[in-house]
Amino acid sequence: MAHLARLKLSEEEAQEFTPQLQTILSYIDTLNELDVEGVEPSAHAKPVFAAPRADEPGTSLDVSRLEQNAPAFAQEQIRVPRVVES
Amino acid sequence: MLNTKTISELKVGYASGDFTPLEVVTSLESAISTRDGEIGSFLSRNLDAAVAQAEAADLSLPLGGVPIAIKDNINVLGEPCTCASKFLSGSYQSPYNATVINKLIAAGAIPFGRANLDEFAMGSATENSALQVTRNPHDLDRVPGGSSGGSAACVAADLAIASLGSDTGGSIRQPASHCGVVGFKPSYGRVSRYGLVAFASSLDQIGPLTKSVTDAALLTNVLSGHDKMDSTSLDAAVPDYTEGLEAGVKGKKIGVPKEYLSGDLHPDVKANVEKAIKALESEGAEIVEVSLPHTKYCVPTYYILAPAEASSNLSRFDGVRYGTRSSEVTDVLSMYENSREEGFGPEVKRRILLGTYVLSSGYYDAYYLKAQKVRTLIMRDFQEVFEQVDALIAPVAPDPARKISAGSEDPLKEYLADIFTIGANLAGIPAISVPCGTANVDGSDLPVGLQILGPHLGEQTVLQVARAWEILRD
Repeated sequence: MAHLARLKLSEEEAQEFTPQLQTILSYIDTLNELDVEGVEPSAHAKPVFAAPRADEPGTSLDVSRLEQNAPAFAQEQIRVPRVVES
Repeated sequence: MLNTKTISELKVGYASGDFTPLEVVTSLESAISTRDGEIGSFLSRNLDAAVAQAEAADLSLPLGGVPIAIKDNINVLGEPCTCASKFLSGSYQSPYNATVINKLIAAGAIPFGRANLDEFAMGSATENSALQVTRNPHDLDRVPGGSSGGSAACVAADLAIASLGSDTGGSIRQPASHCGVVGFKPSYGRVSRYGLVAFASSLDQIGPLTKSVTDAALLTNVLSGHDKMDSTSLDAAVPDYTEGLEAGVKGKKIGVPKEYLSGDLHPDVKANVEKAIKALESEGAEIVEVSLPHTKYCVPTYYILAPAEASSNLSRFDGVRYGTRSSEVTDVLSMYENSREEGFGPEVKRRILLGTYVLSSGYYDAYYLKAQKVRTLIMRDFQEVFEQVDALIAPVAPDPARKISAGSEDPLKEYLADIFTIGANLAGIPAISVPCGTANVDGSDLPVGLQILGPHLGEQTVLQVARAWEILRD
């Protein structure tokens, strides 16, 4: 699960979290008391549909500010480790 | 002592020329230097910027020259926005203003001071901040509540005139209750979330923490409205919330959810809430007992939905574009995993793991889909109740502020204390916490809050009932 969440947990963290998460999950199981057959799921309290904004050209974020935040930056690009095998 | 004033008082003082915005900023700075060392409400502040804005303030604007502290998960151009996380601390500067910040500035306000919080707003004591401890101004051995603990503590200690917080499961109302200030979570969609670092997008809402209900109305006026940058913000007219604020409760039907006053409540919390109900009744409110039968399922539903949304939202913290990138990088995967391992604190990791689990193949239907269905039932509870009553009245938290813990608390025990606040987030309705007496714990008199909830977009009613109680109380 940690790998799926892209978290590399230490041995101590795994030891600490496992029983905690088990307790939480068994508490969450109280939902099984409820019969939800035929109930529609709600992703939002008040869904707002079809609200795209007008497709107008405009200024985006200032590149120099993005550069300042990037851990590695070169030639107006963010640098990352190699992703394609050579 | 200009730092002790409310927004309304500042407006009067500015209009009559009794004092200036610069004097107010100076007074706040001096109070912060004297007292914030022991309270720890602020993570940073930009005095030079505030002074420049105070000198240039346009006093004809609705919040002209009014300094407002900002929870450190809301972007202010050029300032840090740490989310109280090692992931962003020291490396991130906001490249843009959140919509609420643009709105504050357009209304003449001065964003001043970045308030501490639980890391990424996950927690209810501000103890999950990776950067700093915040103490309750009423008892320094106790927590201020959370996650907007810094936002509540600075207002309570008169280190801010008012502040902004965010509320996903009670994170404005519960610290307001614990610190003895007003905290208001508007309806979902009332206030744009653009520029608020997302925790659980279907539940998050920005709102004010203030010294009075009138100030909460003044700030809500400015913060509300549709924003093309947030497709979930509502395109609905924004009334002037200060108008009719003192309409009172005569003829209003107020429901008391029986599930909220039974069970494990501190006796002083229960007694104070009951006293407020009696007082409102004597003012002409019709009090009726109502039922929200799915109340006990609010916490488990929330702790599926919120971590699920968080695990997705926090995937953006990958060490690529901003924040911490681990120095232990051999390939893309190790960049992700090591950066996140080093950058996130334990509660954030727990919630990401929980959220990843409930969304994972084979468990999605049993957890996430089921919780979404129960959310429908919880929303129906509120819809049905608001066909009978104008507002609901309830406690905010079962107990007053607890002691600052030596080690880590039992996560589930902390979650269970959110029982009274989570419903409003799941149903997307407005809810406020207003100071309502004190509870005596181990010789300390600790603030207690009264919660008033209203139907979707029923901000006006909620504020009117809150103001009526405030008048009765004083």
